Formats: sequence, structure tokens, C-alpha cells
Amino acid sequence: MSALPVPSRRQEDWRYSDIEAVASVWPLPEPTAITVGEGEEAAHLLLQDAADGSVAVHDYVIDVAAGGNCIFHLLNIGGKLGRVTFRVTLGKGAHFGLHGAMIGGGTQTLEIITSVTHAEPDGTSEQVIRSILGEKAVGSYLGRIEVARHAQKTDASQSVKAMLLDRTATANAKPELEIYADDVKCAHGCAVGELDKQALFYMASRGMEPRAAQSLLLRAFVAGVFDGIADEEDRQRFESAALAKLDALAHRGDAGGEGA
Amino acid sequence: MSLLNIENLSNAIGDKAILKGLSLSINAGEIHAIMGPNGAGKSTLAYTLGGRPGYDVTGGSVEFDGKDLLELEPHERAAAGLFLGFQYPVEIPGVSNLQFLRESLNNQRKARGQEALSGGEFIRLAKEKAGLLSLDMEMLKRPVNVGFSGGEKKRNEMVQMGILDPKLAILDETDSGLDIDALRVVGHGINSIMRKPDKAVLLITHYQRLLDYVQPDFVHVLAAGRIVKSGGPELALELEREGYAHIVEAEGASA
Repeated sequence: MSALPVPSRRQEDWRYSDIEAVASVWPLPEPTAITVGEGEEAAHLLLQDAADGSVAVHDYVIDVAAGGNCIFHLLNIGGKLGRVTFRVTLGKGAHFGLHGAMIGGGTQTLEIITSVTHAEPDGTSEQVIRSILGEKAVGSYLGRIEVARHAQKTDASQSVKAMLLDRTATANAKPELEIYADDVKCAHGCAVGELDKQALFYMASRGMEPRAAQSLLLRAFVAGVFDGIADEEDRQRFESAALAKLDALAHRGDAGGEGA
Repeated sequence: MSLLNIENLSNAIGDKAILKGLSLSINAGEIHAIMGPNGAGKSTLAYTLGGRPGYDVTGGSVEFDGKDLLELEPHERAAAGLFLGFQYPVEIPGVSNLQFLRESLNNQRKARGQEALSGGEFIRLAKEKAGLLSLDMEMLKRPVNVGFSGGEKKRNEMVQMGILDPKLAILDETDSGLDIDALRVVGHGINSIMRKPDKAVLLITHYQRLLDYVQPDFVHVLAAGRIVKSGGPELALELEREGYAHIVEAEGASA
């Protein structure tokens, strides 16, 4: 059990969090440990769709030994706070892949926080995060990558894109690189945008209703994140949960707010 | 009765007036061409009729098939039978052409109180229209216009027109970016889809060459936001020969 005091927003990893919600479940349980042995392959999934108003915090500590491969698929959509963190350490030639999506509305706070340490040479990591945020939701991705001094030929990438459906929603995306080796590739791209107005008019000009057009564009935006889930049933479970959440978001404002 | 009746239409983009009292009437069964110099307002006319946000109508009226067109949302205009062929078709990554068109067509059908087409019926229709425009069905499985050449985008516009089967097509520089062979294919597509007694076409173009394949019944010259001259197909040839400046100047005194 954690004996630490409840964190504050002054701590970088908690900067955008919902501290009140965290305090309500403090102390947090021990993180889930995942160990991938030498040359082994592992695939993990988390569909975080906790009930409305609840608090869901999932912490993972992942160690991937030399030549190992760990792929994690994450859909983060539930609770008033949905926070998923990863502390990953990669051995020689090991790989970590995180494919995640966050979809939030209302006053939800959703977070994906990663810290990937390339401790040995030749390791690779790939993180692809897509967020769709409406109403007053806050979606944050904080991604730290550390490359140890002798971890040459490290290849790390982060691709983070967020789509804001309302001016009142917030997306935070913060990559942080600490590189002590000199022969590495670290690529990161962040983009926060809105639905493409030209595309929306083009679709309307063909007769598509605004809501249908928006839904197609949003589906396209998160499409591909779950392509790598090997089990067909799991993949469909993730995709239909994402679609259901998108549909719920598309119907936001039906009760008398702004239209689509 | 005219299918489209534009009376004294004025509009503005921001605070810049573009159309300044444009009138034009198109009957079913007719093909009209609008030609004119750059900046005359040709594309603005197309976008305004399509209802593009930001193209604010400041005066005049537009009646389409008995309805007040300006009262309708863009998707309602499409369901009412208006098709807008884009000069620069928009790319939509992640959405396949087939998905895009099926959703569009079925939304239109729903708005008209018709039943949705089944997957099989839709694919048969799409195959037929793609064949008409010599567009590979494989292209229709790809994301909308992504990675398409200029000519493929324009052919794709015409495939969309064929599938959606509008009453009136407003084609904004559908001929731009086409080589001679593609121009022939597109011209043939327009004729076979739209040259029918209950349909009409408004071609917006800079050049005579598309009109060699799609013979207009009427040609209009648009300059400085209004129609300054109308005539038969011979007017297009005169423009090609003499240039716009000549005619715009001759008519300019009355503008």
C-alpha cells in the first residue's frame, strides 16, 4: 500500500489530473506488474469503461527483457477520472507498443501517462494515441522517454492526435525526451484539431446528415488504433465500445444544448 | 416551369460583395454553361447554391424545383436533387468512397421517404456508374479522394453524381486538370447521366473544350458578379476567339 501523501498538481505527472477524485480512492493499490521474458511476446488489453461518476486508476509497471516484445491496446473512456499509467523498462532489442484511444465528454478527466526507459541498446518503442473530447472533458497524454547513455540505436516514436468537438473541451499532449545516448531516433508528433469543415461541407453536399458525417469522420480518426488486436472478438469489443461512446458524444446537446 | 430560378442574387464573403444581382433561369432538359474571367464569381455562385457556410446571401431569391433553396441546409439541398461537382474535391482519410456514398445516398433516400438500398443493391449501382466513368471499383474501396490524381478525382465526382442521380448538377470546373482522354470520358459521363428531359446541368468553365463534348443549350457570361451576356453555343466560340475582355467591355456600360 502506498504510504505517500495524496499527490498535488505541482507534481508533473498529476498536473492535469482530478486530484479530488484521486483523493477519494487514495491510497492507490500496488501497480500491476507485467514481465516479458527474453525473446517472449506478450499482448495486453485494457478497456477502461468504469461507470459514470466513478474513479478508475490503473498503473502498470512493465519490464521487457532482451528481444522481448510487449504490445498494449488501451481504450480509456469511463469514469469521472480515468487514468492509466505505464512505467516501462526495455532491455536490449526489446519492443514496447502502446496503441491507445481516449474518448470523453461531460466533465470527464482522462489521462494516459507513460514513462518508457530504453535501458539497453537497440530497443524500440511506438506509442500511438488518439483522443476525442467533447463538452468540458479534459484528455491528457504525458509521455516521457528516457534513453540511457549506452542505449545506442534506440528508436522511439510517439504520435499523439487529439480532436476537440467543443471549444470547452481540453487536450493536453506533452512529450518529454531525456536522451543520454548520441545515436538514437526519437520521433514525436502532436496535433490538436477540430473536425475538418471542408470535409463536413463536402459530405453534406452529397446529402449526408451532419450527425452522420461527424460520426464517420470521428470513426476514421480512431480507426486503426485497434487493428493490431489479434483476437477478432476482442477487437470487435474494443471497436464497438469506442463507437458506442462516440455515438453518446454525438448526441450530446440533444437535451437542449448546441446542435451538431 | 423552371427547375432553377435565380433572381437578383447577391452575396458576400465576410464583408466583400461577390455576386451583385445575378439572375438565371434553367428549365428541365437544358444544359447551361457559365463562362467568365477569373474572379467573376463563378465558384462563388456554385458554393452559394450548395449552401457552403460563410457564403452569406445578402439579397435575392433562389427557387429549386418549387422549393425555396436558400431555406434548406446543404444536405437537404442534396436530398432535394441538387448536386455540386467540386473544382477541388476534398480528401477524407479513413472513410472509403463506398461507405461515404452509401451513407450519403441512404441519407438522401431517408429524407425523401424512400427505403434504404441494401448492400448488394448499392454495390451493383456503384459498379455500373464506376464502369460508365472507367473508374476501377478498387478505387471506390479506397479512402475518398486520398492519393487520387486530379483526373481520378474529377471522374470520382462524376461517379458520385451517377450514383446520387440528381435533378440538377452544378459542375464547377469539372474540366480543369483533365487530359484529353479524361475529358472525353467525363463529357460522356455527364451526357449519359444528366442529358435527360427531367434533369438539367449548369457547367461552370473557363474553356470551350468541355463544351465540345457536352453541348450546351445556353451560354452565359459572368463578370463582376452578374450575368452580362447570354446566348446559344455560338457565344462560347466567340469567347474562345475574342477573349472575355472584349465582351465584358462591350456589355460593361450597362453593368
